[in-house]
Amino acid sequence: MIEKSLKELAQGLAAREFSSVELTQTYLERIARLNPQLNAFVTLDAAKSLAQAAAADARRATGEAAPLLGIPLAQKDIFCAQGWRTTCGSHMLENFVSPYDATVIERFDAAGAVNLGKTNMDEFAMGSSNETSYFGAVKNPWDTARVPGGSSGGSAAAVAARLAPAATGTDTGGSIRQPAALCGLTGLKPTYGVVSRWGMIAFASSLDQAGPMARSAEDCALLLNTMAGFDTRDSTSVERPAEDYTRLLADDAPAKPLAGLKIGLPREFFGEAERAGCDAAVMARVDEAIAAYRALGAETVEVSLPAMQLSVPAYYVIAPAEASSNLSRFDGVRYGHRAPEYTDLDDMYAKTRAQGFGAEVKRRILIGSYVLSHGYYDAYYRQAQRIRRLIADDFARAFKECDVIMGPTSPGTAFRIGEKAADPVQMYLSDIYTIAVNLAGLPGMSIPCGLADGLPAGLQLIGNYFGEARLLEVAHRYQQATDWHRQRPTALAD
Amino acid sequence: MSLTLEQVRHVAKLARIEISDAEAQTALGELNGIFSLIEAMQAVDTQGVEPMAHALDLAQRLRADRVSEVDRREAFQAVAPETAAGLYLVPKVIE
Repeated sequence: MIEKSLKELAQGLAAREFSSVELTQTYLERIARLNPQLNAFVTLDAAKSLAQAAAADARRATGEAAPLLGIPLAQKDIFCAQGWRTTCGSHMLENFVSPYDATVIERFDAAGAVNLGKTNMDEFAMGSSNETSYFGAVKNPWDTARVPGGSSGGSAAAVAARLAPAATGTDTGGSIRQPAALCGLTGLKPTYGVVSRWGMIAFASSLDQAGPMARSAEDCALLLNTMAGFDTRDSTSVERPAEDYTRLLADDAPAKPLAGLKIGLPREFFGEAERAGCDAAVMARVDEAIAAYRALGAETVEVSLPAMQLSVPAYYVIAPAEASSNLSRFDGVRYGHRAPEYTDLDDMYAKTRAQGFGAEVKRRILIGSYVLSHGYYDAYYRQAQRIRRLIADDFARAFKECDVIMGPTSPGTAFRIGEKAADPVQMYLSDIYTIAVNLAGLPGMSIPCGLADGLPAGLQLIGNYFGEARLLEVAHRYQQATDWHRQRPTALAD
Repeated sequence: MSLTLEQVRHVAKLARIEISDAEAQTALGELNGIFSLIEAMQAVDTQGVEPMAHALDLAQRLRADRVSEVDRREAFQAVAPETAAGLYLVPKVIE
């Protein structure tokens, strides 16, 4: 049962082979047994999950048959879910029980999906290894001495270990794609504005975007159908007609299904000297995937993204600047932690925030406060916004030459827990291939493209604005022809 | 450029985060490392480039000035550290 796709699970439920309660129970039992080895979930509430499952079964009994009805999903703990503890991986929100639902949660509830539990994450989504969580590091099911990536590391580990059929993630600089790559999953960060940010605890509001993490492009498409959509409560939600993201995912497999597709290969990833920036074994898997795409009929063209090398510096100005503003709401007044002892209001703020935030979050708030402060705004924040424009312009130019851009998702496979934790700069550079996509607001995916020294390697696919359906098709055709997405981690004592 | 310990303390004050001397010292080293990465931006001539604040050029949406939410004061205040009579309590600010 745990190897079934979402479509197969839906068929099983429709054929009454198993009920949603039975399915949910199966996953809850696996979580109870295996989560202690992984630390992928921070909050479980079996009674709530099973009540949702029973409600889904009751809806089915009345003849309802929505695609996600009765399907259990893990939710990243960044989404507020009414009655569920919602921590965002922080001591600040350790005891926060949300009084309302995020739009994403509301949409899954309406679709009849079951919330299996809340997954661990880097604190306030700031991290690339899941080590900044107040609730401890998450372990990679492929090798429990290694990180699952971050910030959606709990979701990635849960799906890879078959503790959930699929999960949600959020991606501000690579937080869906990088953990998907490091855990051997398929993850999609949609175009900025496609999925509502309402009730999704804000990190950097001009970059944050939620998306699905699953075992195939097909599963991601089904999830995105429910997640995407205009929402008046999110001021940057894009108003456009609803799309069926599965519409280009054909079952047939003609010899050259991608004939006519033009794949752009950026010189900044694939140039002779630039290749050295990536682990050789990962690069070899990426090259093999590109070759497989040529065999499917695609053509490749060289493109150039010269400003891309500035994406990490620009991001570490823009994201902390927005974070320092967003996180000013955590002041110990309306919700979350309040310091037990203080002298006056200012002291209460300062102690509350010193106690409630972890080291990485404080670091980013300090960077953000500095770059926005008097005398530094133009040199840093304004300059970063100008570079952001150059990066977006590079992509616009490249997409005149090609339909999709490909390259590695991450410069290496999963690193060891502790390996980069002491050096923020090294950690930041692990998102070198993903950050530019957020700055431009484009959709990006990561799909498994093989193993490098026994660990998953990810191929990144970058599409043009609102090109999710096409991206999913391109990923799906590869997954029809290969079985890297079906590889399963073996490190767990199952 | 590099930051001074005084600047780190000042920024921490602006951010309302209490910071010990030892923490300020550690933060100084880390922030200088991060700013040496960020400095790469300064080499680029961006004259005439329009700053990009947002991924999509969206116009801010307006809504009619009508009540759209129900009053859920009790539910929202139930998660507050300290309330009384429907108000949030903070330490005394006016003598």
